[in-house]
Amino acid sequence: MTTPDTASRRSLGEWWSNLSRPQQWLVLIPVVVLIYALPVLNPPIISTEPGFDFQIAMFEVARYALVAIGLNVVVGQAGLLDLGYIGFFAIGAYVAALFTSPDSPLQKLPFLAVIPLAMAITMVFGIILGTPTLRLRGDYLAIVTLGFGEIVRLVADNVDPLRGQSGFQQVGHPPGTNDDGSALFNNTDGTPWYWLTVTVIIAVLFLVGNLERSRVGRAWIAIRDDEDAASIMGVNTFKFKIWAFVIGAAIGGLSGALYAGQIGFVNNQKFDVVTSMLFLAAVILGGSGNKVGVILGAVVVAYVPLRFLVIAEYKFLIFGIALIVLMIFRPQGLLGARQRLLTYGRQAYQRLLGKGEQVSSDTALVVEKNGGAR
Amino acid sequence: MSINHALPLFLAQEDSWIKFDLEALGSQFWNSTVEGLSQGSIYALVALGYTLVYGVLKLINFAHSEVFIYGAYATWFVFYGLGFRPGATPDLPVMELIGFLLLALVAAMAISGGTAVALERVAYRPLRKKGAPRLVFLITAIGASFVLQQLLFIWRGGNAEQAIRLLRPQEVFSIGDASVTNITLIIVVASVLMMVGINMFVNRSRLGRGIRAVAQDPDTATLMGVNKERVIVITFLIGGLLAGAAALLYMMKNPQGASYQGGFLLGIKAFTAAVLGGIGNLRGALLGGLLLGLAENYGQSLFGGEWRDVVAFVLLVLILMFRPTGILGESLGKARV
Repeated sequence: MTTPDTASRRSLGEWWSNLSRPQQWLVLIPVVVLIYALPVLNPPIISTEPGFDFQIAMFEVARYALVAIGLNVVVGQAGLLDLGYIGFFAIGAYVAALFTSPDSPLQKLPFLAVIPLAMAITMVFGIILGTPTLRLRGDYLAIVTLGFGEIVRLVADNVDPLRGQSGFQQVGHPPGTNDDGSALFNNTDGTPWYWLTVTVIIAVLFLVGNLERSRVGRAWIAIRDDEDAASIMGVNTFKFKIWAFVIGAAIGGLSGALYAGQIGFVNNQKFDVVTSMLFLAAVILGGSGNKVGVILGAVVVAYVPLRFLVIAEYKFLIFGIALIVLMIFRPQGLLGARQRLLTYGRQAYQRLLGKGEQVSSDTALVVEKNGGAR
Repeated sequence: MSINHALPLFLAQEDSWIKFDLEALGSQFWNSTVEGLSQGSIYALVALGYTLVYGVLKLINFAHSEVFIYGAYATWFVFYGLGFRPGATPDLPVMELIGFLLLALVAAMAISGGTAVALERVAYRPLRKKGAPRLVFLITAIGASFVLQQLLFIWRGGNAEQAIRLLRPQEVFSIGDASVTNITLIIVVASVLMMVGINMFVNRSRLGRGIRAVAQDPDTATLMGVNKERVIVITFLIGGLLAGAAALLYMMKNPQGASYQGGFLLGIKAFTAAVLGGIGNLRGALLGGLLLGLAENYGQSLFGGEWRDVVAFVLLVLILMFRPTGILGESLGKARV
């Protein structure tokens, strides 16, 4: 609050939260239109060309944003550190490949039917992983999820029907053709995939946003801030942790399936721990618990190496340093989570004091102030 | 739907990708045991680093695997610097060989110990000053692990260093149908000796008492005149020194082991070993390391070589599910009367 930087950020947030719902929409719609128009506009400075195809780059950014939103439900909302999120992403991609690629002996399904199937199967895996492990806390949970991610990768390596490194060619894509009869959703044109992913992101944001404002979201925040207290106050912590895990898993599976469709090829090489850490870096950098923040983080993590190809080789080093520096100076990330009252509380605040509520920027990571590492 | 035809076909291939070969387990039993014990004692040495830091700071030092691999690189460079090149094992007089190995040991311990202390200084101390919560420490540790790993990658590239072997494996004696080589013997004896030494150090010496005091209750320990910061640095240093020693033994066993990613898997397994025995418990690290090494090798003969890492990870998940404090429980800070 002392530095002008935080003051202006806070006032911007305050300004935003003081707008009424319709006013917020009026601001949002042009922004959304601009986001949709990006791959067509291909703005000169933002463009990643000539080094990297801009439309594909935009799809990559959108894919990371979707992953970050999903991981944010687990890490940011419920405070469960998940290092094996890549496992769910991989399962989603493999489900898409198994049910659409001609290399798989299984029944072929249309791609659009595979997406909910991929989500359903990752949800099942979320329950399988979550039920036994969610009794664990903090570091231990992190290590177990890391183990899960590695198990998924090793299974993809070793189980013959999953075809190891040779993988699955010609993974399916959504229907639709161009004027000349070629497929609308192909592997070389990122634009339709980008539009599809952005639409999915908006839908997911709606769902997750509603969950956040519901009983479930409040339970998550309670668990994140103090699990024991939440449990004593009657929150069924286990149930809501499973909820977070399963919803996060489903979004991970969804993004995995979209990724498999766009790239058209799935093998065991793309699901290593390092990528999992990159996903986590997006969430932490942006500000875990804040949806806008994690999208910003995902944009940074996905876009910067593609825009500045010179540094692409050093991206893991840079993100590693960024994580350390950020944790030391700004543990809540670029945009911290803002805790605010629910709708009626906000209106009452406005009535009584004539100004917006103070929003705190505590995050999932600033918990157990005294009981933490010593 | 033809899925009904496809699915049994899909599952029918099952027996081809995972075997359950009790016969192999029987015939490989002694080999697996010897191999398991020598691998397990390396795990145990690395696990001590996790256990000590966890006991004192309640922090999973995720970057400890990189501390270890820096030691492995130090060993490789000492061998290289002494004029040895990848290829045939040279014939060295015994005294010279011992001298070279000791030199490599000192270098590996120095590099690993230095890395561990530097890590504590750069990454963890600023967080401790701010009283950051535990998850922040873990994320920093992940970031540090990334940085150390990538520095190696940028410097040496993605491929593992070519193997330089100083000591030729020779059979000393045999158990059952398994031969015990001089290398295996050195690894097991050296690790057990070092672990006994550390156990004595922590339980008998003045500094060790400080470590136990901080592990038990840092605030009270400070009131009693223990210099907490110094104890923490020493804990990191000891963990690093042991990781360096483990790195030399590891390089004797797998001379091609120096690779920028090589630490990750071993680190995770060493952590599993620490958890298995009871993280924060020094004797638990030894027990856990040996058990994990054995389990992995028995699992390898039972399910096939490609599943050995899966065995380790599944074991990790199972232990944490059923016995989060491990076999012997957490006890670095337990009062001894």
